[in-house]
Amino acid sequence: MATLKVLIVDDEPGIRSGIKRILSNYFVDFPFLDEEFTFELQEAGSGEDAIEIIDKNNTDIVLLDNKLPGMDGIEVLEYINKKEFDCSVMMITSYASLDLAVKATNNGAYNFVPKPFTPQELKAAMEGITKNLYLRRMTKKLNKEGKQVRFQFLSVLSHELKSPINAIEGYLRIMKDRQVGNNIDDYEVMLNRSLERISGMRTLIMDMLDLTKLESNKKALDVKKIDIVDIATLSKDTMTPMAIQKNIKIFIDSNPEHIFLLAEPEKIEIIFNNLISNAVKYNKDNGEVNCVLREENNKIKISVSDTGIGMSEEDIPKLFQEFMRIKNEKTKAISGSGLGLSILKKIVEEVFHGSISVASIPDKGTTFTIEIPKINIPL
Amino acid sequence: MNTLKDKTVLIADDDMDIITQLSLQLTKIGMKVITAETQKDAESIIEKTKPDLAIFDLMMDNRDSGFILSYKLKKKYPEVPVIIITGVTADTGMMFGLESEEQKKWIKADLYLEKGLRPEQLQMEIKKLLKI
Ligand SMILES: Nc1ncnc2c1ncn2[C@@H]1O[C@H](COP(=O)(O)OP(=O)(O)OP(=O)(O)O)[C@@H](O)[C@H]1O
Repeated sequence: MATLKVLIVDDEPGIRSGIKRILSNYFVDFPFLDEEFTFELQEAGSGEDAIEIIDKNNTDIVLLDNKLPGMDGIEVLEYINKKEFDCSVMMITSYASLDLAVKATNNGAYNFVPKPFTPQELKAAMEGITKNLYLRRMTKKLNKEGKQVRFQFLSVLSHELKSPINAIEGYLRIMKDRQVGNNIDDYEVMLNRSLERISGMRTLIMDMLDLTKLESNKKALDVKKIDIVDIATLSKDTMTPMAIQKNIKIFIDSNPEHIFLLAEPEKIEIIFNNLISNAVKYNKDNGEVNCVLREENNKIKISVSDTGIGMSEEDIPKLFQEFMRIKNEKTKAISGSGLGLSILKKIVEEVFHGSISVASIPDKGTTFTIEIPKINIPL
Repeated sequence: MNTLKDKTVLIADDDMDIITQLSLQLTKIGMKVITAETQKDAESIIEKTKPDLAIFDLMMDNRDSGFILSYKLKKKYPEVPVIIITGVTADTGMMFGLESEEQKKWIKADLYLEKGLRPEQLQMEIKKLLKI
């Protein structure tokens, strides 16, 4: 059992004692953990007091009202962010403007809870923030111990980059030595293969860039209010040339018509580009790609279905590993780096606190479904 | 004179281009080529067929597929020489040779080569292994 230190920052004593009452006997546990989290509660009536407590104690979670007598909530958040304290902040506020939401998200606030809230809402929010904190600390710990992982990644990467170089070099040598004669036409297949390997390498490099952006960009966010339907449409347009070659139709179906989200547009674009390009790449001629967007119960659901080659049950759990590609007769001629889905999963889980799942029937098609919680503010 | 003629070589590599290139080089000197693109395929070929020589890529489905195949082949046909080829060793520090008897005992391959070998060199190495 672990105890997390929670600091409640609100100038109204009634709210502080209300939260205390709700959380005093509350604990959070997860099916995948042996551990159970309980909360030790502290209070501060102003931003100044809050900072003093955070400086002295290791605070794990801060429940922060924005409207405070002296310095306001955002300033407290900025302080925590600047000092890089290892704690998660949840904003509790009665009126959130878009401006405030953007500022708070860019400063690393985990979530918004509107005031007034029911005990159930507060508990659900605490569960989310606890899980997030736990996962973040685990990832950090793994990264610290992660030299090994890093090395492994690099050695696999060098394999992935050297393979095409070896293949292309081999073909060039064959051509240089005129091994199949002097007629250039006899080298046609080798030339085409070389070009294909080069384009595969280019994809790998692009994917690598996405990955480094993800890793280095952790703090410097560029969060905006975006309409994910726009981004899906953009992605569809990008993939259309590839789809036309196989006579595949891409459909977008959104309900409501616009779905707004606070996010970095680039990240959402990576999600759609990966899902739609896979749905086209691993589809059959004359197939379809259906991109369904829904907003329900403060959740955004994105699903991309195709009518393609599908995959077997054993392949599904391996899908999200870095450099993982399914190898069989059907995928043989399709090139890719095997990085796309691993990047996608990272973004969905680490950036959007969401989840991704796959359902597939061999030879019938595949559906990838992503669910992300919507930050709880009026946009 | 072409003494390599009609010798059968099993090539296992998950890179179809490397298979194409090796096949081209070896069929040109008269060898019969059987190919496999996965460790599994190679294993089932070994079950049924005895090649005169095997060339295995090190990293296929597994990071050490080449060693596994080599082990399995040698168990069934101890006299068949095995060459392991790879393209990664030098820069990942995963360096090894097969000089000492000690190493040969557990690695179970006869020769270890870098990818990108010139055809004449490969031919020479094969002749040496087949004692031709
Ligand atoms: N819609 C799909 N239908 C069938 N198989 C799929 C689908 N999407 C992905 N896969 C399988 O999952 C594997 C991993 O996908 P991922 O997107 O990570 O890599 P990739 O497509 O090989 O490369 P890239 O990231 O360059 O697109 C693919 O190689 C493919 O075998």
